[in-house]
Amino acid sequence: MKSSRFDATVLTLCFAFLYIPIIILVVYSFNASKLVTVWGGFSLQWYRTMWSNEGLMDAAWVTARVGVLSATLGTVLGTLAALSLVRFQKFPGRMLFSGMIYAPLVMPEVITGLSMLLLFVALNIDRGFWTVTIAHTTFTMCYVAIVVQSRLMTFDRSLEEAALDLGCPPVRTFFKITLPLILPAVIAGWMLAFTLSLDDLVIASFNTGPGATTLPIKIYSQVRLGVTPEINAICTILIGFVTIGVILASISTKRTELRRIRDEHVALRGTT
Amino acid sequence: MAKSLGPVKRKFSPWTDPSAVPFIRFENITKRFGDFTAVDNLTLDIYEREFFSLLGPSGCGKTTLMRMLAGFEEPTEGRILLQGKDISGVPPYRRPTNMMFQSYALFPHMTVEKNIAFGLEQDNLPKGEIAARVEEMLKLVKLEPFARRKPNQLSGGQRQRVALARSLAKRPKVLLLDEPLGALDKKLREETQFELMDIQTNLGLTFLIVTHDQEEAMTVSDRIAVMDKGVIMQVATPAEIYEAPNSRYVADFIGDINILEGTVSTTESALGAPGAVRIDCDGVSVAVEQECQAVKGDRVAFAIRPEKVRISPDQPTDTSFNAVYGEVWDIGYLGDFSVFLVKMADGRIVRAAQANVSRLVDRPITFGDMVWLTWPLDAGLVLTR
Amino acid sequence: MASVSETQAANTPNPARWFVVVVPYLWLLLFFTAPFLIIFKISLSDTAIAMPPYTPVFPGFGAISGYISKLDFENYLFLTEDPLYIKSYLSSLRIAVISTFLLLLIGYPMALAMARAPITLRPTLVMLVILPFWTSFLIRVYAWIGILKPDGLLTLLLQTIGLMGPNEQVLIFRTDIAVFIGIVYSYLPFMVLPLYSALEKMDNTLLEAASDLGCPPWKAFWKITFPLSLPGVIAGSMICFIPITGEFVIPDLLGGADTLMIGKTLWTEFFGNRDWPLASAVAVVLLIMLVVPIMIFQNQQKKVV
Repeated sequence: MKSSRFDATVLTLCFAFLYIPIIILVVYSFNASKLVTVWGGFSLQWYRTMWSNEGLMDAAWVTARVGVLSATLGTVLGTLAALSLVRFQKFPGRMLFSGMIYAPLVMPEVITGLSMLLLFVALNIDRGFWTVTIAHTTFTMCYVAIVVQSRLMTFDRSLEEAALDLGCPPVRTFFKITLPLILPAVIAGWMLAFTLSLDDLVIASFNTGPGATTLPIKIYSQVRLGVTPEINAICTILIGFVTIGVILASISTKRTELRRIRDEHVALRGTT
Repeated sequence: MAKSLGPVKRKFSPWTDPSAVPFIRFENITKRFGDFTAVDNLTLDIYEREFFSLLGPSGCGKTTLMRMLAGFEEPTEGRILLQGKDISGVPPYRRPTNMMFQSYALFPHMTVEKNIAFGLEQDNLPKGEIAARVEEMLKLVKLEPFARRKPNQLSGGQRQRVALARSLAKRPKVLLLDEPLGALDKKLREETQFELMDIQTNLGLTFLIVTHDQEEAMTVSDRIAVMDKGVIMQVATPAEIYEAPNSRYVADFIGDINILEGTVSTTESALGAPGAVRIDCDGVSVAVEQECQAVKGDRVAFAIRPEKVRISPDQPTDTSFNAVYGEVWDIGYLGDFSVFLVKMADGRIVRAAQANVSRLVDRPITFGDMVWLTWPLDAGLVLTR
Repeated sequence: MASVSETQAANTPNPARWFVVVVPYLWLLLFFTAPFLIIFKISLSDTAIAMPPYTPVFPGFGAISGYISKLDFENYLFLTEDPLYIKSYLSSLRIAVISTFLLLLIGYPMALAMARAPITLRPTLVMLVILPFWTSFLIRVYAWIGILKPDGLLTLLLQTIGLMGPNEQVLIFRTDIAVFIGIVYSYLPFMVLPLYSALEKMDNTLLEAASDLGCPPWKAFWKITFPLSLPGVIAGSMICFIPITGEFVIPDLLGGADTLMIGKTLWTEFFGNRDWPLASAVAVVLLIMLVVPIMIFQNQQKKVV
């Protein structure tokens, strides 16, 4: 069992590496002292200053709106894209299409951000809330497409055929059978899109305009001036927000999993 | 193999009546997927109230044929007529056929009730009527206590019955069943076969079933079409398919059979029996009383089912019987039957099956014994294809 | 049967089917592909047309073509003349190659350990790897500033345990080392997940068979496990290598003045010098550099699908 002890050590070290910086960040948001290295006792004062910082709160509100809007649009477009990729093996330009889905996943953000800005300028569109939203929709839809695609690939097509066979036209079949069954993946895609939008600094910096400063842009401009507990506070809130979301989502999937297992037990008892 | 001709049914044979109009007609159907020809210029008639089986190994085109009738695939060439009307281009949701899927395809997010009601709701029937029909279906498949359960709360057999109820709810003109019993264990499968036959007879529907299980096809069907590589090899009743296969392929596919290749050496006149031939199977000469087109010198195959071969240590006295001599090489004990593999002098093996009528205390014939295999003139077959 | 859906799609044209393909297709053509053509065009134009940001006087397409009547490779020539750019590109590639290698070095044992963990534990481990990915990239980089600063927590820790005198400090903040730490930290989940999914679906009986045939474990790893996990290695390496090459946030926040990375140079050219055509040329060259890795990544993805 030498290898299992080695594995445990590797995992412990790697997870420590992944989590310690975040834990330190959270802990120091409750530090009464302004210095990073000095623990001045527990305090919520940085949360209060953060709350009264109007610029920060405005940015948070812009970010939330951009996030919800672009995640929703991105989810619709990404789901359609996933359907096209999985269900249509041949259509003109399919190669280009799948290329356009995968490329944004790895494309350096500076390139995506700059090129999109130049498009908006060429089209004479004022930069601001909407340009950031469109930019975010464009790259988040690709992530949604990947998530939904992997669900669709394991989808039993005979369910749709059964609905057609029973007299249900194709579009209604999509809404009554396909969509309810791939919904968990669609929701996961939405959450991913939302957090990616929440997270983005570079693309937003290129495409933003007056009055549409997002939270990452605000945080970045303050971070450049140095570490302050106030930023730790807002980061802690963001981390808490996302962590709760992810944990809730995983609990709900675990519960459906548990229910499925229990159902199968009922079924087995039913036969004997 | 247990020879089952099915229970004695009503006298039902519209296919022998030249004036009968087929209910479903596949007319010169060809279906290609790229370079692969799944169905090759196939013509087939199926009659109303018939329980019809498409039987063949996987990849023989039987499922494709069924999917074309359901509307999931369009034929590359030819047309399909339902009650005389061409149904090409009619989408699956407007066809009066319903299908029971191999995977059952039960909607996992709907209860049993909702699954059964799904097709009826698409027709916008009044609520009361839907409820009544669902009730009736649940009763038919004996699942009333399970109406509110989700599919994953049911056992395999129960799911199979929900799938059946759902496909029957719309009272389709034709019910298509794609390997309907494939996922059930052997005992349950046999029970369900008889249930299916009852339902088909009682509701007076036309059933088209796709299966690779020959026993299943033999048990339930009025007629069977044996398919291979997109072509129908033989269409006949189960008894005809078993007792009078028209080709080496069908004979070999259905049940167990001995096949000896040979050349026709003498025809009827010399034997004194009408339609009889004598075949020289590379040294072993056999006579068959059967009307066939073969003439002297033709390469044919002689085929005989093992259960029609008698095995005995003594040389037969009746010379009108065919007889071969050999050594017992292996014995397979199957419970109801024992199969003896007898090796002839030239090394070829002939199988003989014998019913185990008494308990096996003292085996009269055992390994290494020299034995005589005999069979009457009308027991074997000449296969020209 | 893949061929079934193929012929179905081809045989039954349906407006709903077209809608499904056309809407996302057009969106991506307009907002992803068209910008690349524009960036290419602008990179060939003169600096004169560059308008400072936030001055919305940029005219439409017609007027633009008037401005950029003089298309030439001036900007590209400039990139070869000023050693800053060439150095930035080379330094970016160097940092990306080294950090991808470091990521493999750390990520592979981690993915292997996850794949060998008890099956009940694996979903939790996967979630633990994904969870940091859900928290902001910026925040995670920011967290390291407080640790790596000369008067930061790492110095404090080393002083406390006595490895360092009270007047000594850890001087890696604003150096390439800090950039490597930041990159490895931020990209580790992207490396681990493809590796894990390649290793996890590996059939354990293969190793048993190898062992049965007399192959010792370490040899079995190099002869069986590693070759079979190569698709995961390639996918993970590409997913990390490509964006690291264009990385901006990490070198900007953790790197020093002498940390040259092309993402940072582009950012300065655009936001600092407001030279849009030159920034575009920088981006086009970066894109051309990344074409081959992107193609490899695309092929890898297609194989998965």
